[in-house]
Amino acid sequence: MNAIKYFIKSFSFWELLKGLGVTGKYFFAKKITVQYPEEKTPMSPRFRGLHALRRYANGEERCIACKLCEAVCPALAITIDSEEREDGTRRTTRYDIDLFKCIYCGFCEEACPVDAIVETHIFEYHFEEHGQQIMTKEKLLEIGDKYEAEIAANKQADAVYR
Amino acid sequence: MIDSFLAIGLDVWDWFPADMQTLLFIIGKILLILLPLLLCVAYITFAERKVIGYMQSRIGPNRVGFRGWLQPIADALKLMFKEVIIPTKSDKYLFLIAPVLSIMPALAAWAVIPFDRGVVLTDVNAGLLYVLALTSIGVYGVIIAGWASNSKYAIISSLRVGAQIVAYEIAMGFALVGVLMASGSLNMSVIVEGQAGGIGSWYIWPLFPMFFVYFISGVAETNRAPFDVAEGESEIVAGFHVEYSGMAFAIFFLAEYANIILISALTALLFLGGWLSPFEGLLAADHWLAGTSFFWFFAKACIFAFCFLWFRATFPRYRYDQIMRLGWKVFIPVTIVWLVVEAVMVVAEVGPWAV
Amino acid sequence: MTIIDFLFFLFASGTIASALGVVASKNPVHSALYLVLTFVSCAAIWLLLEAEFLAITLVLVYVGAVMVLFLFVVMMLDIKVAEMREGFVSYLFVGFLIAFMMLALMVYVVGPVGPDVMGIAALDNATRHTAEYSNTEALGEILYTDYVLAFEIAAIILLVAIIAAISLTLRRRPNTKHQSPAKQIKVKSDERLKIIDSDAEELK
Repeated sequence: MNAIKYFIKSFSFWELLKGLGVTGKYFFAKKITVQYPEEKTPMSPRFRGLHALRRYANGEERCIACKLCEAVCPALAITIDSEEREDGTRRTTRYDIDLFKCIYCGFCEEACPVDAIVETHIFEYHFEEHGQQIMTKEKLLEIGDKYEAEIAANKQADAVYR
Repeated sequence: MIDSFLAIGLDVWDWFPADMQTLLFIIGKILLILLPLLLCVAYITFAERKVIGYMQSRIGPNRVGFRGWLQPIADALKLMFKEVIIPTKSDKYLFLIAPVLSIMPALAAWAVIPFDRGVVLTDVNAGLLYVLALTSIGVYGVIIAGWASNSKYAIISSLRVGAQIVAYEIAMGFALVGVLMASGSLNMSVIVEGQAGGIGSWYIWPLFPMFFVYFISGVAETNRAPFDVAEGESEIVAGFHVEYSGMAFAIFFLAEYANIILISALTALLFLGGWLSPFEGLLAADHWLAGTSFFWFFAKACIFAFCFLWFRATFPRYRYDQIMRLGWKVFIPVTIVWLVVEAVMVVAEVGPWAV
Repeated sequence: MTIIDFLFFLFASGTIASALGVVASKNPVHSALYLVLTFVSCAAIWLLLEAEFLAITLVLVYVGAVMVLFLFVVMMLDIKVAEMREGFVSYLFVGFLIAFMMLALMVYVVGPVGPDVMGIAALDNATRHTAEYSNTEALGEILYTDYVLAFEIAAIILLVAIIAAISLTLRRRPNTKHQSPAKQIKVKSDERLKIIDSDAEELK
């Protein structure tokens, strides 16, 4: 009996027809393609994109050159030099992130005691020359200034879960 | 103004000797078939990407032109401007002649394909044999490409293709013998006319196993999924055309798709009554759906071409020994058994042979 | 010169040139491909002679199947060209002898050689048939009536050859492991996995 069943099944291409049925069904199914530059998928507040250095509301930069981010960075992408400023505070003179080394793990953001280094939502960027991949302190601060409102909102949204 | 141009044109035409006129006339007809065919080939690549995309819940190419309709043109332009790289220690002439050898039979076979009643380039008596012979030449392009490339992947691929095509050609030939026995002629037009009388008198019904074997062998013959071990991206990168680039590669591509269209058209002609209407006999004879038309032929061929794409979207690749087993141990016995059944039917005068 | 004449000379010279290529080319793959070209141009000449069935069958059988397998083997062999060249002169005589015998045989079959039998003029003298005339049908009729015995004997000889070839390659080697695709696709899940009942044992 089994042999007859097998015979009929194999000669009627039963399993193949079932497979064709599946693809045939999906032919008419709703398409899930996102038309990228025009449409974008929603993004979590925790998204880890391009880095930024933040400032306090009074314009003072947050970073105190504690070098915790440099220590925690698994890809050794961060380089920090620091010295004492005239007012006696400890500040960075150099804060470089090599984006070719960076793996966007977000550990720097986690390690930062003053919420100075953050990762923003920006993920569409490119470099045109060698050397541009080094994000210097100036560049990072500039991004931070530009997107401060967004960064603060994301921090606020995520704060509930911490 | 137009009249005078026409008159000059006629004068120029008359100036050619009679033989030359015939030759020019034939070349004109060939162009009339080939240019739309090549357009179809270009757009079946687009259709393939769209259909497979749709079956994978994507929408496929939609950026170039309106909804992506210029995509094949863009692809062709890109390939045309790329360099054809000839590998070192390859056989240069054979390397360059291989793509031509693979597209030539796919295009030449259209000489005997009738598009409508009486609309055919050459209505030869041995039309079916001619098609069979030409499809069997197609393998040379692949084999020569594989050997001339001086590459291990390419030669493995060409060996696979050789064995596969020879195996499936036999099954294909036997399936065609079934059609011959049903129609009693090798002429394509006569074969189609033999199926007159609506959907019920098409050869697909009495020759259903033959139809199945023929179409699946056709898929194998064109090296399409699930029989595409010749390309086998996962194991032998791209098979015989791994060393090809630019237009030489594009011609292999064109040949593959031209073969798909050819096999679809042949299946429509041999088993689904070509240009005949399925409603013949069901509707009044002067009804617009009951007449013979090129569009019936086109629609039937399109169904099979769609099946090619559907198969590719559905089935995983066959293992090589299973392909061989299917060809030699399943298809050939099935066709031989059905030939015997058919012979009995012919003698007993049942089915379409009750004349 | 009509187009027919032109085509005849084109394909005739093509046949001769490619036949020379078969023996003259150093690379065996090239030789095989020249042979294919010879077959194809021969078929074209036969087409001009209204022998379309034979012409197409020549392409179908010899070009499409036999030469493919031939090419196959030649491609896989690692042939040293220098060794192939050895003994060329000593074989030359035998080659010429065979060629001469073939020629004599053909003359014997065709009759006296002359421009009226084998030349281009003979082409014009040949009986022309209308478009309805089917070469295939005529061949079939004569094969299955007058020559049916010879035809069947030839078929049986070929069948024997096929069986012999298959049985030659079919050796059973007990030590090798084979896959059987038929069994593989028939297999069920309960045949793959055997669940054995056994009592729990204490660890020693």
